[in-house]
Amino acid sequence: MKRFLPLIIFLALAGIFYWRIVLIDRGDMPSDIPSVMIGKPAPVFDLPNLDKGRKPFTAADLKGRVTLLGFFASWCVDCGIEHPYLSLLKGHGAALVGVDYEDKSAAARAWLEKHGNPYDAVVTDARGRTGIDFGLYGVPETYIIDRQGIIRYKQTGPMTPDVIRKTILPLVARLEK
Amino acid sequence: MVAETGHFALILALLVAAVQAVVPLVGAQRNDAALMAVAKPAALLQFLLAAAAFFALMYCYVTSDFSVLNVAQNRYSDKPLFYKITGVWGDHEGSMLLWELILTGYAAAVALSGGKLPRGLRTRALAVQSMVSFGFLLFILLTSNPFLRLDPAPLNGQGLNPLLEDPGLAFHPPILYLGYVGFSMAFSFAIAALIEGKVDAAWAHWIRPWSLGAWCFLTLGITGGSWWAYYTLGWGGWWYWDPTENASFMPWLAGTALLHALTVVEKRGTMKAWTVLLAIITFSLSLLGTFLVRSGVLTSVHSFATDPQRGIYILALLGVVIGSSLALFGLRAPSLKSGALFAPVSREGGLLFGNVFLSAALGTVFLGTLYPLFADALGLGKVSVGPPFFNATFVPIIIPACIAMPIGALLAWKRGSLKIALKRLMPAFFIAAALAGGIALMMAGHGRFIAAAAAAALAAWILAGMLAGVAQQIHLFDAPFKTSLQRLFKLPRAFHGMTVAHIGMACVILGIAGSALGRTQSIQIMHTGESVQVSGFSLTLKKVRDDIKGPGYTFSRGTFDVTSGGRPVAVMQPEKRHFAVPPEDTTHAAIRTTLLGDLYVVLDGRDEKGGYITRIYYDPFVVWIFLGGGMFAAGGLLALTDRRHRIAAPERKAS
Repeated sequence: MKRFLPLIIFLALAGIFYWRIVLIDRGDMPSDIPSVMIGKPAPVFDLPNLDKGRKPFTAADLKGRVTLLGFFASWCVDCGIEHPYLSLLKGHGAALVGVDYEDKSAAARAWLEKHGNPYDAVVTDARGRTGIDFGLYGVPETYIIDRQGIIRYKQTGPMTPDVIRKTILPLVARLEK
Repeated sequence: MVAETGHFALILALLVAAVQAVVPLVGAQRNDAALMAVAKPAALLQFLLAAAAFFALMYCYVTSDFSVLNVAQNRYSDKPLFYKITGVWGDHEGSMLLWELILTGYAAAVALSGGKLPRGLRTRALAVQSMVSFGFLLFILLTSNPFLRLDPAPLNGQGLNPLLEDPGLAFHPPILYLGYVGFSMAFSFAIAALIEGKVDAAWAHWIRPWSLGAWCFLTLGITGGSWWAYYTLGWGGWWYWDPTENASFMPWLAGTALLHALTVVEKRGTMKAWTVLLAIITFSLSLLGTFLVRSGVLTSVHSFATDPQRGIYILALLGVVIGSSLALFGLRAPSLKSGALFAPVSREGGLLFGNVFLSAALGTVFLGTLYPLFADALGLGKVSVGPPFFNATFVPIIIPACIAMPIGALLAWKRGSLKIALKRLMPAFFIAAALAGGIALMMAGHGRFIAAAAAAALAAWILAGMLAGVAQQIHLFDAPFKTSLQRLFKLPRAFHGMTVAHIGMACVILGIAGSALGRTQSIQIMHTGESVQVSGFSLTLKKVRDDIKGPGYTFSRGTFDVTSGGRPVAVMQPEKRHFAVPPEDTTHAAIRTTLLGDLYVVLDGRDEKGGYITRIYYDPFVVWIFLGGGMFAAGGLLALTDRRHRIAAPERKAS
């Protein structure tokens, strides 16, 4: 029996690998770290609009409509990867609000000018206070907040078309009901 | 057209691989010379076909043929020619093709290498190698075909990650793969021996140069990768215990154990089953590394685009290759009886001791790397295992092996005398103790002075101990000096190689201890004209130029005047580079390397008030890590040129 020990250990290992890959195939990546904020009300905030002519956006504005709150920045490389896909989120009923995180407003405006602005509103968190309250890990990061203002989901890192179709839109549709 | 030719060559190679895997093996079992003779031309043909496919892909890259999907994803037309070529292996598909090219290249080399290798062993090894090659070719064709077309073709490509645009890194994958894949030869020889049911000194003799060559390349690959991380990532770190790094380090540890175990089989005809198992494990760990990096089961900072379908395929390949080898091992292990007596105090005892500790060290790296996966499987949640775990487990395990190193090298085969060995090591012991005492006195009160003293003592012990081994061999002080000198030159190169490689370990210890215990750092916002003091150096930020045009990027360059004790020692110019395609910023640290320590300056962007974020590190002795790694490889190469690898092995005993 002893001489087959290496084989037995290997087979056990292969079983665990198989299990993990099947999970990945279902969209459960090992890098997904569950957020402690899920299921809790969004923290209170009051952020100025990037467009100075428009009114600030506050936590109270979350009530009554499903909101996708996306933290981004003009200096963030991965945000450029995610940006073209944001338009996939439009037309599904949810409000898409961008939070420009630790950024200069002029740089953010130029960036949106260049890459297009898919957001319903863009607000600025120039000093990153709101990011801290949300438990931001890095940018881009997107929170799905339901009509009662409760955080239901958090996407760490860029949203790929796959994530948008498989995870985000179905959840938005459920929350819309 | 060229892309289709490459694709076709791959399909042909697959067919040849099937023939080479079956026909010679049947021939060897039936002792049919005609069938066995198929192995050599098949191996050569398979290599030529793989090379044709590889160069076809390279052609597509160089001519920027964006109708080829793989080229469009990784190439951008205004990259210099050099990076167009090295871009071929910059991504998953191209690197798998490189892997296959090297795999068939090793088989071709075995097919061509002299006629002294016993025919049965060679034929079977080539057949086994071809089975592995078949699996990889099928993998490439089914899930990772680099020749897929894109219609319509885009006007320009997406570009390679600029971090990878570095001459050092361009050669990193080929060298690393020469190491990884090189162990496939040891694996194939091991399986061939299991099929034959015969593992003896001759077998160890033949497998040794292939293992040694692969080990040298892997050593160079790891050292080079570590050095690259050190000078490009901008943190001054040289090892992060990241899964990708561990994926290359695990086969290295197993391969190191294998080299030591092979010596025992060759000299004493014992530890056979263990050695064969190590040969299987070493290559299995190479395959496992490929799987871990490309399947996405572990999170790593460097990841290939991960794809579960590929993951499933590699896992299936792993299952077939490793599972069947270990099953064969289980069946045949009882026939690998060790004949000779085994005394604990002997050279072979020392080598066994080293093997035990290397294996234990390997075990900790393996557990730490895969623990997040196990924890997740057991429902303990998602965790990550960081450097503190590895440092706390790996270091204490490897230290006893380092202490034993010079002792084992001084013991005689069969029955050594610990008393004689220790007597020879007295000078080394006193040098190490004196050094430790001196450092402890000098640095007393400094944070980790005990660790620093212990590390210095260990390095000195290995260096002086290994030299004591040389002194013993040449009868220094026992014979006239001239005789000793003559003996020194007559010593086999394998002995010199062994000495050089082990002294490399002393260098690595010095470097690790220096940078881990003695690092000083200073992070601040600086305006032009301001100065910072770091480890006796004074650095003044003279000026910063922004938006300079470089090839494919724009950059900012800072100029620092560095003085020490009022005297100017250097002008250092770190850069921050901005690449447009794909959008990415990289830091380009300015490093002033000396044998005593590196001064490392990073320019890290600008704040809103015109100040620059700068990070400055001083790492004592850090360059010795890379020099030590180089000495490992140099020692291995020296041993590889030993004349015993060019002469026939001892006669195989009829079993």
